[in-house]
Amino acid sequence: MAAAAGVGGLAAADRLAKRFGLIPPDGTGVYGPGETLTYACQRVITAHLPVREFPRSMISKNPFANEIAPPKDDFKRLEASGFKDWRLVVDGTVQHPLSLSLADLKNLSVHSQVTEVACEEGWSYIAEWIGTPLSGVLREAGMLPQTRYIIYSSIEKGLWESIDVPEAMRPQTLLTMGMNDGDLPVKFGGPLRLRVPRQLGYKSLKFVNHITATDDIRKFGSGRGSVDPDYGYAWYAGI
Amino acid sequence: MPVASQLEKTTTARHSAVVRVTHWLTFIAFIALLVTGFEIMISHPRFYWGEVGNVNTKPLFVIPIPASRDTVPTGYGYVMPDQNGWSRYLHFEAAWVAVLAGLVYGIYGLWSGHVRKNLIPERRDRNGRAYRARIAQYFRRRPPGRAEETSYNVLQRTAYLIVIFVLFPLIIWTGLAMSPAFTSAFPWTSVLLGGRQSARTIHFFVSWLLLFFLLVHVTMVAVSGFRRRMRAMITGTMRDSEESQ
Repeated sequence: MAAAAGVGGLAAADRLAKRFGLIPPDGTGVYGPGETLTYACQRVITAHLPVREFPRSMISKNPFANEIAPPKDDFKRLEASGFKDWRLVVDGTVQHPLSLSLADLKNLSVHSQVTEVACEEGWSYIAEWIGTPLSGVLREAGMLPQTRYIIYSSIEKGLWESIDVPEAMRPQTLLTMGMNDGDLPVKFGGPLRLRVPRQLGYKSLKFVNHITATDDIRKFGSGRGSVDPDYGYAWYAGI
Repeated sequence: MPVASQLEKTTTARHSAVVRVTHWLTFIAFIALLVTGFEIMISHPRFYWGEVGNVNTKPLFVIPIPASRDTVPTGYGYVMPDQNGWSRYLHFEAAWVAVLAGLVYGIYGLWSGHVRKNLIPERRDRNGRAYRARIAQYFRRRPPGRAEETSYNVLQRTAYLIVIFVLFPLIIWTGLAMSPAFTSAFPWTSVLLGGRQSARTIHFFVSWLLLFFLLVHVTMVAVSGFRRRMRAMITGTMRDSEESQ
């Protein structure tokens, strides 16, 4: 009896979780139950809450940039001309695919936030991040209602991430071009980094040049939502 | 003679099924958390106080070991194998096992009277003299009396209460206080501790306290009759004291 009720309960929970999108793309295998519990609970409990912001006096004097791969030739070429030819392509399940320059992005509404970058290694720093919310760009492109995930990739081949639509539509999810009153330095991901401050640093991808809206995350890469699970890391990093 | 004495043997109920199942689930989860926690820690074996801390910040203290990431200047010129990926997956899954087992145990313990009857020190023991007397008995290495066959002495009770109601809640709290999503809903969980890096540092120390408890606990079990006490925690029953000398 208890066993049957348990199995029935689990099956019902599984159906509900699938219906409301509470299973992360890498929520399979041995670590699937743990990842699903964490992602589902945090989605439900923290759904519409902003991440903590700090007073400007807490901005780190000497932030740590972490290592980046040496820039390739095409990046250096773009850098030499002040990134005026940098393009952010927006495509996928949208009505009007876009190709935006940094100037186009700067013409959209400007937001700034003082938030913390927390690395999975354990270290952290606080900075002011200036840019335009991803949600505005997605609205501009006419994101279609069936969209479930937003994929964003780096100019560095093979580096891509994704977040669910609720995370993408938060005002704090920021296409960042400035840091602490200046342009975003290359070592911190300039000219364009997507800040996802409610998750660990590795979700805030550097050198973003492509955004794809999708209703089927399984079609991309190994089907587990980002390049992270391929390296053994969790897709959801709100911990 | 053996046959006759075997017939006379009876068993006494010792640990309930809920206590046994949650005990072993917590044990498995704790070992997983300890190993993976160590693996995660060595990727940045520097500790800070306050909200932020990184290699450009003055640390509170540094564990003198090589790190598993080459971005941390440890001075060893050697980078340890990086095991963060699976360690993090397993750490958070094992944390769920520990939290859920702890909740079941806690609710059962309070509701069934287990905590009141077996863990809160008995009225006559709630004084310094009782503690000193029991400590003295440990130092004289006197075997435990009959009463301790089926119950806990005042030091055991105090240790278990601290582990169950102070250290475990604290390690879960400090763990959650490092989560950017969780602290967006409950900012005070981080603020009260002094910030994210303070939470990490306290998390580190509490894990040492729990490891210390584990070592003392296993040593005491070994000294007081390993097979007998393991049997009690696995089957729930304890043979009546044919072994107590």
